[in-house]
Amino acid sequence: MELNRSRGIEPGRLKPAGKWSSVKKELVRNRYVYLMLVPVVAYYLIFSYGPMYGLLMAFQESYNPIKGILAGEWVGFDNFTMFFESYYFWRLIKNTLILSFYSIVFGFPAPILLALLLNEVRKKWFRGAVQTISYMPHFISVVVVVGMLKTFSSLDGGLFNVIRDFFDLQPIMFLAEKDMFRPMYILSNIWQGAGWASIIFLAALSGIDPQLYEASKIDGAGRWKQLLHITLPGIMPTIVIMLILRMGAVMNADFQKILLMQTAPTYETSDVISTFVYRSGILEGNYTYSTAIGLFNGVINFALLIIANAISRKLNSTSLW
Amino acid sequence: MKQSIGERVFDVFNTLLLLVIMILCFYPMLYVFNSSISDPDQMLRSRSLMLIPEGFQLGAYKSVFQDTRIYTGYMNTLFYVVVGTAINLLMTSLAAYGLSRSDLMGRKTLMKLITFTMFFGGGMIPTFLLIQNLGMVDTRFALIIPGAISTFYFLIMKTNFEGVPISLIESAKLDGANDFLILFRIVLPLSKPILAVMMLYYAVDHWNDYVGPMLYLRSQELYPIQIIMRDILISSSTEAMGAGADTGFAIGENIKYATIIISTLPIMLVYPFIQRYFVQGALIGAVKQ
Repeated sequence: MELNRSRGIEPGRLKPAGKWSSVKKELVRNRYVYLMLVPVVAYYLIFSYGPMYGLLMAFQESYNPIKGILAGEWVGFDNFTMFFESYYFWRLIKNTLILSFYSIVFGFPAPILLALLLNEVRKKWFRGAVQTISYMPHFISVVVVVGMLKTFSSLDGGLFNVIRDFFDLQPIMFLAEKDMFRPMYILSNIWQGAGWASIIFLAALSGIDPQLYEASKIDGAGRWKQLLHITLPGIMPTIVIMLILRMGAVMNADFQKILLMQTAPTYETSDVISTFVYRSGILEGNYTYSTAIGLFNGVINFALLIIANAISRKLNSTSLW
Repeated sequence: MKQSIGERVFDVFNTLLLLVIMILCFYPMLYVFNSSISDPDQMLRSRSLMLIPEGFQLGAYKSVFQDTRIYTGYMNTLFYVVVGTAINLLMTSLAAYGLSRSDLMGRKTLMKLITFTMFFGGGMIPTFLLIQNLGMVDTRFALIIPGAISTFYFLIMKTNFEGVPISLIESAKLDGANDFLILFRIVLPLSKPILAVMMLYYAVDHWNDYVGPMLYLRSQELYPIQIIMRDILISSSTEAMGAGADTGFAIGENIKYATIIISTLPIMLVYPFIQRYFVQGALIGAVKQ
């Protein structure tokens, strides 16, 4: 680029007409814009496309840290078949899907319900207070939320066990109980995220034409009737879009939170693909094998997202790209 | 207009339900705070729900403040947040300005290549090996450079820059301004609201980042507060803080509560004042989706 620029400044060199000269002219005219994009393009090449090139490892036997990625022995899809046939494969898939399923069934309606309740409040200050308080947990980091879960489950005097005590139940180590992992994960997600997620539904609610409510009042409709016939249909498009997008992420588990929450005794319910990749790749050094598993997951996620986006575009002419 | 009885019952019920929700949201935070200042022995004996503190001590806070890890962690986090966010904003602005110029050659191809990275990537292991090969492991660079542009935020900013009237840019050009001048003197000042939102979101991302440091940092003196907190809260290492030295055996738990408060309080105090920027950001994100 530098070359073209210095050449282009000499007017005599622009003579030969045709495609190249117009390209040169463009490079000169927008030279500063291209200069700005140099670090940007370099960034994406190195940090986004670099790792994609590294995915070739998935088809190799082992990674050689000195000779680099292309030095290994090519083994085709061996790493993939090894994963599909391993004991862990179905467990990882099952855990990911069940977590997603519960998140959708319990977690997805929560912010909608909250938004609907808030929408019926007439006193502005009360509404504002509920909003401010319910958004608060969103600003607590994952590490702290899991830390809270851990201290609440403490055997001596942790909140959860104090509550169990009221019902004359023996204290248990919540984070080490495999049956407790899913409820704790889902409930803490709702606690942390429902308030924040209600923002988008509140915005959709405020977009409903107030004349509709006026008209229905004249027709004698009460609050329930209004809710069923005006409010819900009014925000249905938003609900549908958010649901479709959520479906596109069913194979995407929250790596950060699960990694912090899981303990070896709960792997049976808590282990998902990304945490398995972390253990197998980073901790145990099986680079090529875990790259293959990551690639497998990435391809599925990509496909699901494309499908979700296509559906959303068809239904609502809203899409991610 | 008079309300019917049904309407009034509806309102009362609705208000009660929201009050319960509000309490459920707030109670765990109150519990943590009250526990952090309670007397450990009294707490253990009473096994109460901690609606008010049981006894009083500030020893836990003293222990936390004496722990140099917390101080170093805070300073490191401050560094990652300030320097990281500055680089984020610079790189994102450069990308957004360059690609918002509709007359640019190759713009469409570049946009496609960039957008693609939102949906597909190399994943954890290849990225880790790349960072390792670049010699960034166990340096501060690893937390600042690899995430310099968030493609999602870039798209938001680009859409915003496209709204700057082209006539302004053209007339600045006629006056002899180059594109750097146009970006920093015209486009960015006109985009202050979106810049504020982006800054907030990038900063919070750095503040909360825990996977990055976990993967790439080895030396304790580089650890941000989130890693320190994981060590204290989840891997339970309060012994180093002299737990048990002053008040008795159970203060370890109080130290954990105090750590939570100290690490969360700054954001909680600032947040109500900048809430509207956050909400704005959440909505921009949603519209874009």
